[in-house]
Amino acid sequence: MIANAFEYTAPQSLDEALGLIAGGAKPLSGGMSLIPMMKLRLAAPEHLVDLARLKELNYIREENGELHIGAAVTHYEVESSPLLLGKCPLLAETAAHIGDIQVRNMGTLGGSVAHADPASDYPAALQALEAGIVLRSAGGARTVSAKDFFIDTFTTALEPGEIVSEIVVPVEPGLTGTSYQKCKHQASGFAVVGIAVRARRENGVVSLIRVGVTGLSGSSYRAENVEAALQGVEPTGEAIRAAAGLVAHSVDASADMQASSEYRKHLASVYTAKAIHAALSRSA
Amino acid sequence: MATTVTNIEKLVGKRIRRKEDPRLITGTATYVEDIKLPGMHHAVIVRSPHGAANIKGVDISKAAALPGVAAVFTGADITGVGSVVCGADLPGLRKPVHHILAQSRVYYVGHPVAVVVATDRYIAADGADLVEVDYEVTQAVTDPEKALAEGAPAVHPEWPDNKAFVFLQKGGDMEKAFADAEVVVKQRITSQRLVPNAMETRGVVADWLQAEHSLTLFTSTQIPHLARTILAGQLGIDENRVRVVAPEVGGGFGSKLNVYAEEALMGFISRKIGKPVKWIESRRENFLVTIHGRGHVDYFEIAAKRDGTILGLKLKLIQDLGAYHQLLTPAIPTLSVLMMPGLYNFRNIDAEVIGTFTNCVPTDAYRGAGRPEATHGIERMVDLLAAELNMDPAVIRFKNFVQPDQFPFPTATGLNYDSGDYGATLQKALDTIGYDDLRKQQAAARLEGRLMGIGISTYGELCAFGPSPATPAGGWESATVRVEPSGKVTIHTGTSPHGQGQETSFAQLAADELGVSMDDIVVLHGDTSVIPYGIGTFGSRNTAVGGPALFYALQDIKEKVKKFGKMLLKSENVVFENGKCTCQVSGKEVTFQTIAGAAYRAMQLPPDTDPGLVATKFWEPSNFAFPFGAHIIVSEVDRETGQIEIKRYVAVDDIGNQLNPLLVEGQVHGGAAQGLGQALWEHGIYDDNGQLMTGEFMDYAMPRASMMPWVECSHTTTPSPVNPLGVKGVGEAGTIGSTPAMVNSVMDALMPLGIRHLDMPLTPEKVWKAINGAA
Ligand SMILES: Cc1cc2nc3c(=O)[nH]c(=O)nc-3n(C[C@H](O)[C@H](O)[C@H](O)COP(=O)(O)OP(=O)(O)OC[C@H]3O[C@@H](n4cnc5c(N)ncnc54)[C@H](O)[C@@H]3O)c2cc1C
Repeated sequence: MIANAFEYTAPQSLDEALGLIAGGAKPLSGGMSLIPMMKLRLAAPEHLVDLARLKELNYIREENGELHIGAAVTHYEVESSPLLLGKCPLLAETAAHIGDIQVRNMGTLGGSVAHADPASDYPAALQALEAGIVLRSAGGARTVSAKDFFIDTFTTALEPGEIVSEIVVPVEPGLTGTSYQKCKHQASGFAVVGIAVRARRENGVVSLIRVGVTGLSGSSYRAENVEAALQGVEPTGEAIRAAAGLVAHSVDASADMQASSEYRKHLASVYTAKAIHAALSRSA
Repeated sequence: MATTVTNIEKLVGKRIRRKEDPRLITGTATYVEDIKLPGMHHAVIVRSPHGAANIKGVDISKAAALPGVAAVFTGADITGVGSVVCGADLPGLRKPVHHILAQSRVYYVGHPVAVVVATDRYIAADGADLVEVDYEVTQAVTDPEKALAEGAPAVHPEWPDNKAFVFLQKGGDMEKAFADAEVVVKQRITSQRLVPNAMETRGVVADWLQAEHSLTLFTSTQIPHLARTILAGQLGIDENRVRVVAPEVGGGFGSKLNVYAEEALMGFISRKIGKPVKWIESRRENFLVTIHGRGHVDYFEIAAKRDGTILGLKLKLIQDLGAYHQLLTPAIPTLSVLMMPGLYNFRNIDAEVIGTFTNCVPTDAYRGAGRPEATHGIERMVDLLAAELNMDPAVIRFKNFVQPDQFPFPTATGLNYDSGDYGATLQKALDTIGYDDLRKQQAAARLEGRLMGIGISTYGELCAFGPSPATPAGGWESATVRVEPSGKVTIHTGTSPHGQGQETSFAQLAADELGVSMDDIVVLHGDTSVIPYGIGTFGSRNTAVGGPALFYALQDIKEKVKKFGKMLLKSENVVFENGKCTCQVSGKEVTFQTIAGAAYRAMQLPPDTDPGLVATKFWEPSNFAFPFGAHIIVSEVDRETGQIEIKRYVAVDDIGNQLNPLLVEGQVHGGAAQGLGQALWEHGIYDDNGQLMTGEFMDYAMPRASMMPWVECSHTTTPSPVNPLGVKGVGEAGTIGSTPAMVNSVMDALMPLGIRHLDMPLTPEKVWKAINGAA
């Protein structure tokens, strides 16, 4: 439980940070994933650059019909932000499911997204929200959709020298309802499965539905087959159950001591149905 | 002329907040990790990554060359140090020699192989990474039933059958019981390996003074005096030149009722390098190398009449011992056997315990130590019998309880239950929870297809360890009361409380006896250079054995105070009450404080009386004490996911008289958390190669506050006749009572599906699979 020696820099500006990262230094945000790995000596970075203190990554603001959230915003800030609670409750609700209060006080949105733990919570919400993820390096910035960003276990679209600098979510009319439903791992508290749903009911039928899935397999994904089954359909209990049953279809489900792949798939359909019901009940 | 005396309010029996809490919650307590000595070095231990292997060679050259590394030791360097001590003995017990560093073989993952000592802990850890060990991996065996199978790998090559011992306990006439039986129910029941996980891991600071030829050892232990005797023996140092200090100890639960390899190892190192040395166990090490608890595979058979009368119980108990015996390893399953009869009035038992070596860390005492396993077994069997006979589980219990007029009750296992009214406790629990109404609600729920369960556990336990002949190292306890010249009182207890709260409850007791303020009393413990020899803290013994020692020491003080009172008041007609000696004739008074001053100033002494005001008492109990209780849990199982929700938890415990009900409830709550942990979440799982698969909190599901139900605590009070305080002991009751109540509740919920038994922990997937298998 003792890390190897490393160098630590608290940069004054984002530019300074990006310069150091371009030179091979590793970003440190809340340290809630990185430090435990270092203590177990599973990771031994030589140089850490602390992003958590940078003002340029610490903001939540609304601009041109979009919400912009800096990477260094903590889970607790996401969970309690009046702006997010009002305009993107799904993200706030999801953040509240992460770990415990100590972890939420330290851990950051950007760190969690960049880390891409397959059992982490945010990816489900970001998939359902069709969020944009802004990647920045010393050379400039680009925006990648959540769908393209999360590739596999701990694997993302980040290139060497890039950091996650911001998450962008479109602001939606109040008609949309959302919900995040999570089955917690009894030991770690991470998601055995976590399902985020964003849905709208108009004229008795489902006019919009997005389903984001985390925990089930190596990477988060959008369950487009579930979406397709409900799009334009009257959301009866039967229809929802049938659609939710597709969520794990042709997915290579993970297995661990807490849940076999068979059980995980089953849980995914149960929690998908729960999330769809909850989201629709919140749709105006 | 008698005077009117206003009685000072008594403190015993009051809910008084703990005196020890301010230092704990302000972070100013001193744990081993907080101790820093000049010139102190740090040790990090190189441990086996394999469950079983031969050591072909150890290359320390790179580690030794690292700047800051002071020394590296391997098994070959350890000379003149005795092996780790097992204090338990059984006929024919095989005791493997347990070297403090591995010699030519490793027996479990985590087995210490080498130790790197450096000027700081980081360098020591870097050095440990540089030690190269050449292992020849051999086959491991981690499942005790597989270890007993023909052709299994031998944990210790000298004993190919992997049997450390076979222990038999028979009472009554089993053949007749089974011949008379109208129904026999059989069930295999396991009690899985658990990782104790005290909040503070272990740690040692050793400080050898060459000029004095003395060793001071700070260690996170429950038994400082026993540790000193054992370590002095292992290290070949005179016992009076070894000082063991247990500073603040952040939980033990039995895992620190031990003397581990690291304690002697640090003593050895400090002596070798001539500097103090510190070792702090990492959480990962704590999982791997501090003892585990439980580890049973039990085959039960219960014989009964159709009317529910239990006739006898048979048990074949396979105990997973791990690779070695720690201090009490082989003794723990024998405690299970002693408690097999539970609270029931049957006289025929037949038990066979097979102590089995495996390539795992040793099992040993963990909160309840043998009794939770026994209680889970008998309470499950009684429920299975009730189900078989279509009887209500409460009714079958009432029918079989030992009755109040049967005490002292000699059991088929040779115990003598001290006192009890088991029916009253169960009745109170049933009334509190509204049992009859609950059964109606359950019937309605079942009609709706909902899986609601009501689980009863009526547990008994033996605690207050214990009469000396029944313990490996003496079962008495000591106390010293030192009244200072100012009348302030210092108490030394031979127990070593580390969360149990005796700094508070013993102060309450002394305050009442001496008529002084609780604030005038300090309770000291845990330092062998200050405290007279004592046995320590385990087996719910602090209050029930340490308490009487204190009580009698206080009586001696009171006697002497009275002598001084008579002298000072110049009267034979003197009483000592409420902190004053009062002459019953003149009404003149002299305070306890004045008397204390007079005893030390010694201007004048009563006849045949020495100066000073100090008393020490060593007290030997005549028997164990036997608390009991009834725990009832209402639960609901989600058919779709197998998830379990605890709806209500009622605990009625009878622990005899209570010194401080607030402390009692804390013990019940904590115990219930650990018992529910076993029932629902915790499991130390080894794979076939000897890797601990649940070796971190990421994988090992420790109960957390947010997972706990509200525990509705109440009590009945049947004083114990064994000691003058009438107390029994509550340290383990919650752990023992809760587990079967939880499992019985879930099994009751699943009853309509025809599911008879599931082993712990009742994980959602296990339950879900059972539901689907049954559907
Ligand atoms: C006890 C515990 C329980 C937890 N429970 C949950 C849970 O229930 N659900 C859940 O989702 N998570 C959980 N977590 C993880 C937690 O949410 C972490 O905070 C998160 O995964 C990582 O964020 P961080 O800011 O702490 O990143 P760090 O640990 O600092 O970094 C993680 C990784 O990302 C890299 N990195 C950090 N910031 C950036 C950036 N801006 N751009 C590019 N790379 C970056 C780092 O180099 C490192 O490789 C838990 C953690 C703990 C310790």
